[in-house]
Amino acid sequence: MILTNVESLPGKVIVEHYGLVQGSSIRAKHVGRDMMAGLKNIVGGELKGYTELLQESRAQATERMKTQAEALGANAVINVRYSTSSVAQGAAEILCYGTAVRVE
Amino acid sequence: MGEVFVALIDYLPLLLLVLAYLTGRFVERRHYRSIKRRENKTLSQALITSEVFETDRVVRSAELAVGSVVVSVDYFKRALGAFRNIFGGEVRSYASVLDRGKREALLRLKEAHPDADVFLNCRLQTAALLNQQGRGSGSVEVVAYGTAVTFGK
Repeated sequence: MILTNVESLPGKVIVEHYGLVQGSSIRAKHVGRDMMAGLKNIVGGELKGYTELLQESRAQATERMKTQAEALGANAVINVRYSTSSVAQGAAEILCYGTAVRVE
Repeated sequence: MGEVFVALIDYLPLLLLVLAYLTGRFVERRHYRSIKRRENKTLSQALITSEVFETDRVVRSAELAVGSVVVSVDYFKRALGAFRNIFGGEVRSYASVLDRGKREALLRLKEAHPDADVFLNCRLQTAALLNQQGRGSGSVEVVAYGTAVTFGK
């Protein structure tokens, strides 16, 4: 499964389109991470715990999108887009979507 | 002893402000040093916001590349920001934090694909993280993504 965020797959030819596929993941941070982040919020700098949390979440959303594409018989997803939004207190949704295609 | 403690509580916001100013400045300088060093190292990898790149070379591989970071605004900068809210205008104390975030995210995108020659259709996006009260907590996630293309020899 190859992913790109352009409308083609450079070096390959698209032979079939399967339409939109998407995956999402909503995660909340746990209390321990929140406390560390609270401290970090005073001194500034990167919040590594949150970076990792959102990266895991993004990986899971991408994985779900891939699963959906595989079920359709696709071997690539083009034009992939990500979006992040804080849906509730302390929780963030990561959405990943694209067009499932078959390339040769 | 008790009096000293009470005095300490009274001046806590001020102490935090001084502490945040010092640590924030240290963190920022260190981060900028690291960013500049790594940017020089990855200069040969081009970041492009368009989908097409004219070249005679053969494409060996193309795949999605993502880089992300969560940066926080320190207590001192937040206080400056709150102050700026009264008079309006550009909040310069936040600008440097977001600048660092964007450059760091782009660097991580490049570093995740050290063999890639060009990154097509690069996109940058930011999302504010909310705290338990549902307000902006002063930390921002910056995500950079694009298509990493490697050319054949």
